[in-house]
Formats: sequence, C-alpha cells, structure tokens
Amino acid sequence: MVMIAVLSCFVVAGFAPWLHRLIGRQTGWLLALLPATIFVYFASLIPQISSGETLRHAYQWFPGMAIQFSFLVDGLSLLFALLISGIGFFILAYAGRYLEGHPALGRFFLFLLGFMGSMLGLVLSDNLISLFVFWELTTVSSFMLIGFNHEDADSRKKAHQGLMVTVFGGLALMTGFIMLGMAAGSFELSEILAGPSLTEHSLYLPMLSLILLGAFTKSAQTPFHFWLPNAMAAPTPVSAYLHSATMVKAGIYLLARLNPTLGGSSSWLLTLTFIGALTMLTGIILASRATGIKKVLAYSTVMALGTLTMLLGLGTEKAALAAVTFLLAHALYKGALFMIAGILDHEAGVKDFRDVAGLRRLMPKTTIAAVVAALSLAGVIPLFGFVGKELLLEAVLSGSRWQVGLTIATVTANIFVVLVAALLALKPWFGKTLATPKAAHDPGPALLAGPVVLASLGLLCGVLPFLPDQYLLQAAASAVYGQPVSYSLVLWHGINLPLMLSLGSLALGLLLYRFWQGWREHTVLLERLSPYGPENGYNRLMQGLVSFSAWQTKTLQNGYLRHYLITTLATVVLLVGWAVLRLDTIALNVDFSGLRLQEITVVLLLLVTTLAAVTVKSFLAAVALLGALGFGVALIYVFFSAVDVGITQVLVETITVLLLVLVLYRLPEFRKLSSGVNRARDATIALLSGGLITVLILLVTNARSMEGISGFFLEKSVSEGFGRNVVNVILVDFRALDTLGEIFVLALVAIGVYAMMHLRTGALPVTNADKRYAGQKQRKSSAKTGGES
Amino acid sequence: MTPRFNMRSLILNTGATLLLPLLILFSLFLLLRGHDEPGGGFIGGLVAAAAIALKLFAEDYRAARTILRVHPLQLVGVGLVLAAGASLPAILVGENFFTAQWWTLDLPIFGSLKLSTPLIFDIGVYLGVIGTVLTVVFTLAEAEHS
Repeated sequence: MVMIAVLSCFVVAGFAPWLHRLIGRQTGWLLALLPATIFVYFASLIPQISSGETLRHAYQWFPGMAIQFSFLVDGLSLLFALLISGIGFFILAYAGRYLEGHPALGRFFLFLLGFMGSMLGLVLSDNLISLFVFWELTTVSSFMLIGFNHEDADSRKKAHQGLMVTVFGGLALMTGFIMLGMAAGSFELSEILAGPSLTEHSLYLPMLSLILLGAFTKSAQTPFHFWLPNAMAAPTPVSAYLHSATMVKAGIYLLARLNPTLGGSSSWLLTLTFIGALTMLTGIILASRATGIKKVLAYSTVMALGTLTMLLGLGTEKAALAAVTFLLAHALYKGALFMIAGILDHEAGVKDFRDVAGLRRLMPKTTIAAVVAALSLAGVIPLFGFVGKELLLEAVLSGSRWQVGLTIATVTANIFVVLVAALLALKPWFGKTLATPKAAHDPGPALLAGPVVLASLGLLCGVLPFLPDQYLLQAAASAVYGQPVSYSLVLWHGINLPLMLSLGSLALGLLLYRFWQGWREHTVLLERLSPYGPENGYNRLMQGLVSFSAWQTKTLQNGYLRHYLITTLATVVLLVGWAVLRLDTIALNVDFSGLRLQEITVVLLLLVTTLAAVTVKSFLAAVALLGALGFGVALIYVFFSAVDVGITQVLVETITVLLLVLVLYRLPEFRKLSSGVNRARDATIALLSGGLITVLILLVTNARSMEGISGFFLEKSVSEGFGRNVVNVILVDFRALDTLGEIFVLALVAIGVYAMMHLRTGALPVTNADKRYAGQKQRKSSAKTGGES
Repeated sequence: MTPRFNMRSLILNTGATLLLPLLILFSLFLLLRGHDEPGGGFIGGLVAAAAIALKLFAEDYRAARTILRVHPLQLVGVGLVLAAGASLPAILVGENFFTAQWWTLDLPIFGSLKLSTPLIFDIGVYLGVIGTVLTVVFTLAEAEHS
C-alpha cells in the first residue's frame, strides 16, 4: 500500500496534462483527490503507529546490490507523510485556481504531483539508496517548479541556482550514504537505527560532514541559505508547498532520522547547534529588513529551519519533542501564510508590505485566517505556535551546553519573529486603506480553503495539545530520540522562565513593529555586507567555472584536427609509455623464423607505400596510397585466416575512398603551411606512438600470463552459439552487448555529421515529418494573419 | 546545379543500374550466411551502403535518395531498435538479459528454418551500418550538391 501511495503520484502526474486538457477548470480539485486519499490512508495508520509499532514493506529492486524499494512507516515518517499529503491537497486545489488560464498549467500539475511522489518516497524510504533517488527527484522537480516561468531569464537563473546548490549537496550526501551503509553493514535505515551508534566509527567524521553538507544545502542552512529566498521566483503554490512545508524540511527530516545513529557526539552537537543558531539569526534579521511579502516569509522559513537544526543538535528528549512540535506548528502556519501571500497577489495585486494596508473590510475572511496564522507564528497563547515556542525555550534552557548563548540567540530571534508576525497580522489588514492595483476581495473556496483550514488546525492543536501529542508527536519524537519520550505537550506550563522570556519578546517585538521603518533605515548598513555574502561567492564560483571551461575549450578543442590528434596521441604515449617503463623487465622476443615470402613482400610493400604517402605532393596521390596501405593490411588479415576482418577492412577502405572523393574538391590546395619545427614535432609524435604500439604488441604477445579467451570462443562457437563463423558469433552473441554499444556510437557519429553539416549550411529540414511540420506552421501563420486582417 | 565532379559516364551508369540489385542481393546473402561463413551484418551493411553510394556517383544525389526511399537516419533508428530489442526475448522466458534465443521453424518444402535473436541483432547492425554510412555520404554529397 505504501508503495502504491508513492507510485500513484507519479502515474497520475503522467496523466495530469491530459486530464487538464479534458476537464479544464476543476482539474485542481479532481487531482487533489489523490493526496486526500493518501492522507486518509496514512491517517488510518495512526492508531497502529501511535501505539509504538512500525510498519515496513520491501520490494526487490536490485537484489544483487542490496538495493530495494523498502518503506518504513514510523512516527517520524508518518508525520511527514501526513503533512505532505494533507498540505498537498490544499495546494493542488489552490494551484488550479491560482494559475487558472496559464497555458502550461497541465505541466505544472505534472511537476507538482511528481514532486509529491518524490517527497513521499523520500520520507518513507527505508533503503538509503532509494531514499537518495527520491531526494534527487525532489531536487529535479523543484528545479522545474522554480523555473516554471522559464521564459523569464531571472526565473531560469534562480532555478539554476537552487539546482546547483542542492545537487552539490546531493553528491556529498550520496558519498556520505555509501559510507554510512558500509559502516553500519546495511543500507536499510531500520537496521542501521537498530544497530549501535556510529559515533565511534573511524569513518564517522567524513560520513557526518558529507551527510550534513547534503542536509544543510537542502534545508538552506547558512551559508547556503541564499537559494531559498531566490526560489520564490516560483509561483506561490510552489513556495507554499516546497519551500516552506515540505522540500526544505527534507534536510531536517534526514537529520532527525539519523539522530539516533549519528547524533550525540560533540561534533554533531557543535555543528548543528552553531549552524542552526547562525541560520536562525541570519534568517530572521534578513526577514525583518525585507519588504516583499514572499521574501519576508522565505527568510522567516530560513529562521525556522535553523531553529529545527539547532534543536536536533541539542538532541535531548525535550529537544526532540520540541523539534517535531515546532515542525508541525511551522508547517501549519507557514503554509497558511504563504497561501495568503498568494491571495494578496492574486486578488489585490500586491507583493510588497509597503503597498498595502487596511484590507480587512474588503477581505474579511482572509484577514481572520491571516491573523490566526500570524498569531501562531508569534507564539501567542492559545495557539499551537505558543506550545512549540515554550518547548523550544525549555529545550534550549535545559540544554547541556551553551545554554546562555543559545538562549540569548533564541530570544533575539523570537523578538524579530514577533515583528514579522505583526507585519503579517497587521500591516495588510489594518490602518488606512491603500488603493490596490486590483479591486481586492475575498477569494473563492479553492484559494481560501488551505489558509482557513491550516490556521484553524493551528488553533485546535493549541487548545487541545494532547490531540497532536498523543496521536502523532509522541511517536515522531520517539523516532527522533531513539527511545520512547516521556514528556507530553500541555498548553499551560505555569508561570516560569520560558513564559517570561516569551512575554518579553512579544512586547519587544511589538515595539519594534511600531518602529519598523526606522529599524530598516538604521540597519541599512547591513546591505553593504551583501557583496561579501555567500551568494556572491556562489556567483564568483559559477563565473570561474564558465571561464575555466572557456579556457579549456579554447586550449584543448580549438577546432584544428591536428591539435586533437597531437593531444590524444601525446597523452597515450605519455601515460602508456610511463606504465611500460615502470615494468620490471621488458622482454622483447622478436622471432623472425617462420616468415613466409608473401608476408615479407606485403610488409615491404606497406613500408614503401607509407613512406610514399607521407611524402607525395598531391591529395589524390595521398588518398590512393592510403587506400593501398589499407588493402595491404587486409591482405595480412587474410594470411592469418581472419577472413571477416579482411573483408571488412577492404570494404572500409572502399568507403573511405568514396568519402574522400566527395570532399576532395572542397579541400584547399596542397600547400606547405607548417614550419619545419612543426613537422619535426609531428613526426616525432607519430614515430613515438607507432613505436610504442609495436613495443606494446610485442610485450603482450610475450607476456601472456593467462590462457587466452580465443580457445573458449572456438570451442563454444558451434555448440552454444550455433555458428561456425567464430568472428560473427562473437559479434552477435558472445559479446553482443559490446556490439550494441558500438552501433550506438556509429549512430551518434551519423547524427553528429548530419547536425554539423546542417548547422553549418543552415539547410532546410529534410525528413517528411519535418516538411509536414513546416507546412503546418506555414498554414497556421497564414491563418493567423488572415484572422487578423 | 551541375555537380562539380562530373563523373557521368555511360559505362558507369549502365554498370551501376545492373549491379545495384545484384549488390543488394549479395549484401543480404552476406548478412544471412554470416553466422556460419565469412559475412555478417557489418560486412553486408557496408556492401549495401557502397552499392547505393555507387548509384550516387553514377547518377546523382537525388537518384540515390529515391532508391533508398527513407532518410538514412531512420534506418539507423530502426537498426538500433532491432538490435536493442534482440536483448529482450531472453528476459521474457526468464533467462539472463541478452541470452540468445533460437527458434526452429519446419517449413514443408524448404526444410527447417533457423530463426534467432542473434539474427535479429545482426539485421539491426546491418541497418545501422547502412544508415550511418549513407548519412555521412549523403550529407557530404548534399553539401557538394548545393
């Protein structure tokens, strides 16, 4: 069933464009039925999972390599699966309306559903390799979604940036996974987690750094945080889904998942808490300075991801529970807030906080949803965000080390979170109404359902915290912590230090909101730092890569066939020559006995022809001599009873001559263009490579350490290949895979020649299909002009 | 549009017209007997390609294209599909990928006919080679032509 849930997303994704063409306007709702069904299925597993069971389903994939499609449902993956399918339901309905009329909406559904399947696969995979495959699939589908408006250069650039950063991390992650699998002796997460902690393993540090690199790039931790706000180039449903609730949490998921095995060491504690706290502060300070609604949300997501990393770094029982609580709370309010940002854009045409105020009368329902969600973000009692924040503060205060530093960082971050929440809850809705580019009004149910339901859930979970606690979070926190947790969530902890800190930050945050403009003006200095930021480093790196490729193309692939030959031959001579010279004994056993007269004659003829070919002064003569050379070689094959090879050689020579005749008239006159030094160099390289090959052949024939394989072929050709022509049996049966590869190379050559000549001459399309296509286009364009006139 | 290499000669022209069917038959002969005697898809393909190239030299580019009927790149495609497809029957009968499969058909008059995946594979090679060589030849001839 789990397998079906994951794969059905991909199958439906494949049909989504057609469905959209068939059904049109309501496709979003129809497709949303799929995540709804998946949600119901996973919800039906809740009783089992919350009682402490785990489910595992395995399907063989590459049995020989211990790679399988295996799925693990425990508290953590269930929490994620419910979030992905639940929020996915609202996003699909939302996207259907938000992008209504967009010419590529069908394709959008395809990518979005493909992403959903990948993400479900990622969080449910038990096998490290299949987890990695899904991980990369989320990267690819995210690339497609960020660059959805691919005609916009800026959009493409940002999609590219997200891709580069996450793929770089993905590569590191793969290596880390392989090390982890080797160290643990299994690629199944369930077995790795059941095994001992690996913190003492000799590969621990390299493995940890590589896996962290993968998780940090995916989850936009400083210094890789820059790609996430740029990913806001995607349509808002994508931002709401991928870049707040799901994909960016993949890194967090991975850290949480591996916490029992890799966590607990001081390097884990140090890296995660430090990077997490740094990301938290960077994100929220940038958020407080941004004015674009989506930008503010994006940066505050960076802050949330940092907080989660920090909590996972602490690794205590309380921190594990705080992490999953915060994660759920964040997904609920951030998903809602992103969708509200989209509503503001879609229904009122505003994207910036400075351009909007006083919409509460025009958009009353949206206002309520926004205020509730923002209150949860600010952590105001009785919303679920409050529960999350209290736990966060408690976890930090009771942490084993650096409580003071981390507490100060967390409280500071919270002050700014309150500022951001106030911006979201107050700025667009209250005060004097500003005119908006579009007549603002409440949207229909497709757009409003998500924010309203998610915000209400935030309220419900806050008032009745035992509901999420008992059914989801206990099991999830236990999976993170590695053993059952004993704390449980309550709304009211009494008057204690966390509450005081919370109240203090609330007051300070509101005060800061009062002076938001002033804060932005006073911190304008921060902008001067941006040229030194990591994004700039990324850009420099990319430019460096491009100029390096330009340089190496100019040097190695300069278009002169002669230079290619020199490079190739010189490399072969140097590398092979070095290897030959390193041999202990070079026994060249040349035995001229048994030579027959005809062989000597042909060899002498070949030598003479070769000398003549390099010295003649006309192309035609050179071509003819080369042909003669080829026929001579064919004769030698025949002497050694390799008739097939001989025939092939003769035919290849014939066709070479034909080809040369075709180009002969195009060649420039035979002139002496190269200097004597050049010729000497070319001659040296030619002689060296020829000599080296001779030596090599002599060495190989003398130094056969094992029995040749030819005996096997000769013996089995008739009995198993049913053919007397051994050469052919080898080609089409014994080594058919090699031959297949070779004819694919031939095909590539054909396409290459074709493309090169046609690009050069700009010739017209030649196939019938091309002609038909060209005809259609012509008819279409003429019909268009006819309609216009 | 006179070709720059004016090689039209009555002898070549007549010779090519007579030789073309023979050469094609010969190439098929080479292809089919290849498993037991010298020959095979690669050699047969080269002969067939050379035969059509002969037509090109004896007449012109257009005549050669007409003889072939399809674009040579399409031959390459069909050849690759056949060759790659020959790897699959083994999977269907549960053997390892690319294991040769043999089927013997008993025909009343001609005796028994041996069919096999290596034969299909070899036909793929045959078509692939013809297509590749002719793509290159035609592309060059076309450049000369225009």
